Amino acid sequence: MSLTLEDIRRIAHLARIRIDADEAARYQSQLNEIFHLIEQMQAVDTAGIEPMAHARDVYQRLREDVVTETNRREAFQAVAPQVEDGLYLVPKVIE
Amino acid sequence: MNHTSLKQLSHLLASGQASSRELCQDYLDRIARLNPVLNAFITVDPERTLAEAEAADRLRAEGRAGALTGVPIAHKDIFCAEGWLTTCGSKMLANFVAPYDAHVIERCKAAGLPCLGKTNMDEFAMGSSNETSYFGPVRNPWALQAVPGGSSGGSAAAVAARMAPAATGTDTGGSIRQPAAFCGITGLKPTYGTVSRYGMIAFASSLDQGGPMATSAEDCALLMNVMAGFDARDSTSLERPAEDYTRDLTRPLIGLRIGLPREYFAEGLSADVARAIEAALAEFRRLGAQTVEVSLPMSRLSVPVYYVLAPAEASSNLARYDGVRYGYRAPEYTDLTDMYERTRAEGFGDEVKRRIMIGTYVLSHGYYDAYYLQAQKLRRLIAQDFAAAFQQCDVILGPTTPTTAFELGAKRADPVEMYLSDIYTIAVNLAGLPGMSLPCGFGADGRPVGLQLIGDYFSEARLLNVAHQYQQVTDWHTRLPEVK
Amino acid sequence: MQWETVIGLEVHVQLTTAAKIFSGASTAFGAAPNTQACAVDLALPGVLPVLNKGAVERAIRFGLAIGARLNRINVFARKNYFYPDLPKGYQISQYELPIVEAGSLPIQVGEQTKTIRITRAHLEEDAGKSLHEDFHGMTGIDLNRAGTPLLEIVSEPDMRSAQEAVAYARALHTLVTWIGICDGNMQEGSFRVDANVSVRPKGSEAFGTRREIKNLNSFRFLEQAIEYEARWQIGELEDGRAIHQATVLFDPDTGETRMMRSKEEAHDYRYFPDPDLLPVKLDEDWIEAIRAELPELPQQKQARYQAELALSAYDAATLTASRATAEYFEAVLAALSPSPSPEGRGGAAKLAANWVMGDLAAALNREGLDIAQSRITPGRLAGLLRRIDDGTLSSKLAKEVFAALWAGEGDADTIIAARGLKQMSDAGELERIVDEVLAANPKSVEEYRAGKDKAFNALVGQVMKATRGRANPQQVNALLKQRLGG
Repeated sequence: MSLTLEDIRRIAHLARIRIDADEAARYQSQLNEIFHLIEQMQAVDTAGIEPMAHARDVYQRLREDVVTETNRREAFQAVAPQVEDGLYLVPKVIE
Repeated sequence: MNHTSLKQLSHLLASGQASSRELCQDYLDRIARLNPVLNAFITVDPERTLAEAEAADRLRAEGRAGALTGVPIAHKDIFCAEGWLTTCGSKMLANFVAPYDAHVIERCKAAGLPCLGKTNMDEFAMGSSNETSYFGPVRNPWALQAVPGGSSGGSAAAVAARMAPAATGTDTGGSIRQPAAFCGITGLKPTYGTVSRYGMIAFASSLDQGGPMATSAEDCALLMNVMAGFDARDSTSLERPAEDYTRDLTRPLIGLRIGLPREYFAEGLSADVARAIEAALAEFRRLGAQTVEVSLPMSRLSVPVYYVLAPAEASSNLARYDGVRYGYRAPEYTDLTDMYERTRAEGFGDEVKRRIMIGTYVLSHGYYDAYYLQAQKLRRLIAQDFAAAFQQCDVILGPTTPTTAFELGAKRADPVEMYLSDIYTIAVNLAGLPGMSLPCGFGADGRPVGLQLIGDYFSEARLLNVAHQYQQVTDWHTRLPEVK
Repeated sequence: MQWETVIGLEVHVQLTTAAKIFSGASTAFGAAPNTQACAVDLALPGVLPVLNKGAVERAIRFGLAIGARLNRINVFARKNYFYPDLPKGYQISQYELPIVEAGSLPIQVGEQTKTIRITRAHLEEDAGKSLHEDFHGMTGIDLNRAGTPLLEIVSEPDMRSAQEAVAYARALHTLVTWIGICDGNMQEGSFRVDANVSVRPKGSEAFGTRREIKNLNSFRFLEQAIEYEARWQIGELEDGRAIHQATVLFDPDTGETRMMRSKEEAHDYRYFPDPDLLPVKLDEDWIEAIRAELPELPQQKQARYQAELALSAYDAATLTASRATAEYFEAVLAALSPSPSPEGRGGAAKLAANWVMGDLAAALNREGLDIAQSRITPGRLAGLLRRIDDGTLSSKLAKEVFAALWAGEGDADTIIAARGLKQMSDAGELERIVDEVLAANPKSVEEYRAGKDKAFNALVGQVMKATRGRANPQQVNALLKQRLGG
């Protein structure tokens, strides 16, 4: 398997990372090397093996339905790139 | 004072020979002297540290001091600490002053441990050499041209150079153990779920685990007593009764069954690391332990499995860095998508972007089963290998790394070679087991060699016992690098 | 060609928890922007989700109410996409293993009953809001709503007309408010409908290509949007053009649907199990405890009203349109029992049903009140009905008493006494009045005898006028006929 430049551009866009032509080529060769390593996985037959999503087989703990948080807008927005009237501002969103 | 352990510092404070303020000032002076050379800290804030020290001194004056009250430590810059710059080694968070405390920070504050500063690290903990930090590489105190390991390289170097008596670290694929090995200190990666991940900036959620880094196993146990504990805000935090991790330190090792995984002593292991491990084994036998060969056949796939799972989780965990609510935003953009793409292209370094791309790809439509699902199945097989091995032995012993610390820049151009340097540590994270690294000698190049101990789930106290007994009969952990 | 419309609905129901699904922030509506967005909702570095028990409990309640399968192990996944109102860059939702699967809901379209299959219902978090007013050419983001618990309820494509879709949406709305998992407020976005619409030649088995109409927040818009969309698709096909899968918005001003520009791009959501959340396990004791607390459901009440109270399917459906209506109706019935009517409970039920669905509904409607806010208590309405049943009040007088009850003039008997509205029961007095009327209207008497029925009605009217409406009309009729000799 080998990633094409088109694959690289597609995943870069999915991940919202701008890349230019040189970077695309560089990522292509690096990722193909890494996937060469990853392909070793395909040699093992894993039919019937339960996928392991978590380090321990335990179940979710549930939180009581109680409001515990207070308004901390000022502290949180102190680190925001751009706010106005308590809103975070972003370039115009088109629906 | 720079040889002093947590236990000794605690005695100094308790007996009134020193105040926390004096201790902190001593360490801050040493940091001021050595940090320009080692670059182990991203942020030092003496005023803040001394204020915390004074608060600890007041607690003591009021008779409310605990075991470690007033003993300062350093924190890896991955832990959010309210009012402290918390960068995670990234340009993306270079201006991020955390508005809240991580659970680990809360616990350290509650125990009265002043913070000496925030230590340097690979960007978002992605790296094995500390070279991916936006704030520049950390240098190994034992050899300035060598890497300190990563991602907790700043913490390891700080402790090795005695800029802090101990530090917190995190370990996703070896990020505590590998730098501990490269810098000649002792580090513990606990069982997954033992230390809360709340406020510990996520790299790969199902693998990340915080732990202590110190000069000795005993100090790791003391710091572990502070760091570990159930936290309702982390769904993966395990509800277990509190433990005293020092409780087994003095237990003799007679009858201990040490498992030696065949695969960890095979091709790829450098001769001087092998020699140091062999010497350590001889020491353990003298202490009454027996050795048994075990096999972890699937562990050879741990690197490929890890480089599917960790990037997949990371690609999603790092999607929140979008320039909207905090952190870096590109100064110029044409529209929303352009703002996202430039912010993330400029705010993240190469290694982080590489891993985000890998993760995005393995989760994308049509590839999920072949990569992500296959890796999750292999993860179970890798964990089952360990379960089988622990039928035959109490702890597993092997090298932490195939070689001693490599040169700065040596592997920067070759990601795959860099990834393979974590070959012995990664499987432990995949299985969620506890593991630790402790110094056991030096290579031909004069750089430290680390010995890895791996235990069954929740066997931290046993691992610390084994390491402590070894450190009672050896002095590798007391050796000090000469930093010029 | 004859066309058939095929509709499936995805409904986002906002759950009535106090706190958010993964954080301890409040879900209250209408707070100042970003004052109810906590560290977890804002996706600050290092924060983690913990699941709210209240949200899971409500999903179980819903699953039980639609006779669905509850997945004892269900799993949260991440749906990855970038959008400024989605702070983490992913939405936590259930994907492969939702909490509820394979249920159904009966709907009533006219006198027809039909069962709509519900494929699944899964828990997820809501996103924030983008405010498009102009902030120097930028959009403002309010994350108060981010993390509010939603139950997304997905139906099979079982509906064949806009009317059926509306009936299903209404039945679902009734159910979720009935069992208390949603406040049902559509203006505030508590109940949002997406409609998947396709058309196919009548008789065809295969489905056509569907388009999804997003975010319909009223039943009227739902109906209009589906009707427009189906007409548009038929027009396209008849003109030889193909339908392409798309997401569209309905514009209530033009009554048309249009493509969403932001959704043009193909999505690849990269779902995977959320490593921060463990599988959710539902234990049997909890499920049974929730089952035991469930109220009698609308469909059960409908069946009972028809069987025990002999009400029509239409009446039964109307009275169970909301839990408050059914409770009011049942309170009236309870106040009436033991039934005063010779026809037994059925008669009393029909009488109560007529008044609840008729005059009371009209009065509530006039003032825009909910039945829970009615100015007449069920007990007082029952008092009125008792006086109708025992013949004290004519229907005309009953309406007057109802108006007085509504105006708060006390209970029915007080009003009757105060206004002297008792139906005339003294036969002698009525005979005297009839004789006086006949004497005063010789012309009408003559016309009646000449065969003009209209003249008889005029005489009845005169008697009623003279008695100020208190006479029993049947009695007046009988007396007049007797006096006129026929």
